[in-house]
Amino acid sequence: MRLAVLSGKGGTGKTTVSASLALALDSCQYIDCDVEEPNGAIFLKPELQERYEVKVPVPEVDPAKCNGCGNCARACQFHALAVIKDKALLFAEICHHCGACQLSCPTGAIHEADRVIGVVEADARGSFLHGRLNIGEPVSIPIIRELKRRVQNGLPVILDCPPGASCSVVQAIGGCDYCILVTEPTPFGLHDLKIAVALVKKMKLPGGVIINKAMNNQQMIQEFCQENGIEVLLETPFSREIAENYSRGILPVQADPAWISRLQEVYSQVERSVKK
Amino acid sequence: MKVAVSATGNTLENIMDQRFGRAAYFLIADPETMQIKAIDNQAASAGGAGITAAQTMVDQGVGAVITGNVGPNAMSVLKAAEIPVYRGTPDPVRKNLEAFKKGALEKIEDTVPSHFGMGGPK
Repeated sequence: MRLAVLSGKGGTGKTTVSASLALALDSCQYIDCDVEEPNGAIFLKPELQERYEVKVPVPEVDPAKCNGCGNCARACQFHALAVIKDKALLFAEICHHCGACQLSCPTGAIHEADRVIGVVEADARGSFLHGRLNIGEPVSIPIIRELKRRVQNGLPVILDCPPGASCSVVQAIGGCDYCILVTEPTPFGLHDLKIAVALVKKMKLPGGVIINKAMNNQQMIQEFCQENGIEVLLETPFSREIAENYSRGILPVQADPAWISRLQEVYSQVERSVKK
Repeated sequence: MKVAVSATGNTLENIMDQRFGRAAYFLIADPETMQIKAIDNQAASAGGAGITAAQTMVDQGVGAVITGNVGPNAMSVLKAAEIPVYRGTPDPVRKNLEAFKKGALEKIEDTVPSHFGMGGPK
């Protein structure tokens, strides 16, 4: 089963939940898809032994063949090319690697060249994976795609997703069997939960909610879930102890064994929902 | 020589837009006659706005640009095209063109960071 953990709002506890689940289950694969700021490794402390560069194709223009017609700049939907004084100027970081410029070139002056935008790292068994996008790079999708190419079959797979509800999240949750939406009972948490729920529904994926940092104010989240027929899988309390442990890199499941069975129960409930 | 001014509206009385790539309009003016052609900046809301705006300057055959701030990508294109950029003031376009004619505007060589004109902390 492929299980995506997302939130909409950042800082609600995606990594706390997904890393805790990874520790609570006997065997699983954990994939940190938050490639702009992966932090699962801080808690799970894997021995990273494999390292693959993630490359994307970007255009390279042969000035000897370029006649300066400007077709490539007009073909590019992302404005990654400009043609100035009969010379093509490339802004590689804006390129979305679609190849339209190459197709539009009448003189065959454009070919594709590899450009490294980040890495995928893994432990020896491939049970822990994360991606890292190089600083300053705006397009994270190819790294998440590389991570998902390494998904293993026959065991639980936990995908720790990026925050938000844009392309990178769509890429991360696509093809998953279930989405756990982690939220917090604040107006921001609810606001972004609504966006995340709309995305998950649009992609026709089943999902449930974990209310983190609950402090007798979770009613607004519960009401929203009830109105929209979304199951609440777990409530975790707003607790100084959990926060202090977190700041030392210790997850609730490591500090208190009771959390292991709570998270195992969450997993069983998700399994039951998926089978339905 | 044609001079382009980034503008908040499509007349000489509108204020210069401090942003280049994401300006509402470009007014292509003849500073001698004060005749203008207004270009609605369609690319302002999309990615690569600065590059597109700079390409527009080239395609329009502009000899100089007056604006507030220029991002790194737009500046690369304008430099490659050898189009000088001058720093205007948040005043009507007409006033900026008059200052340009008198040689009172300073040339911009440096750039502001990417996405500077998209709001957020300054």
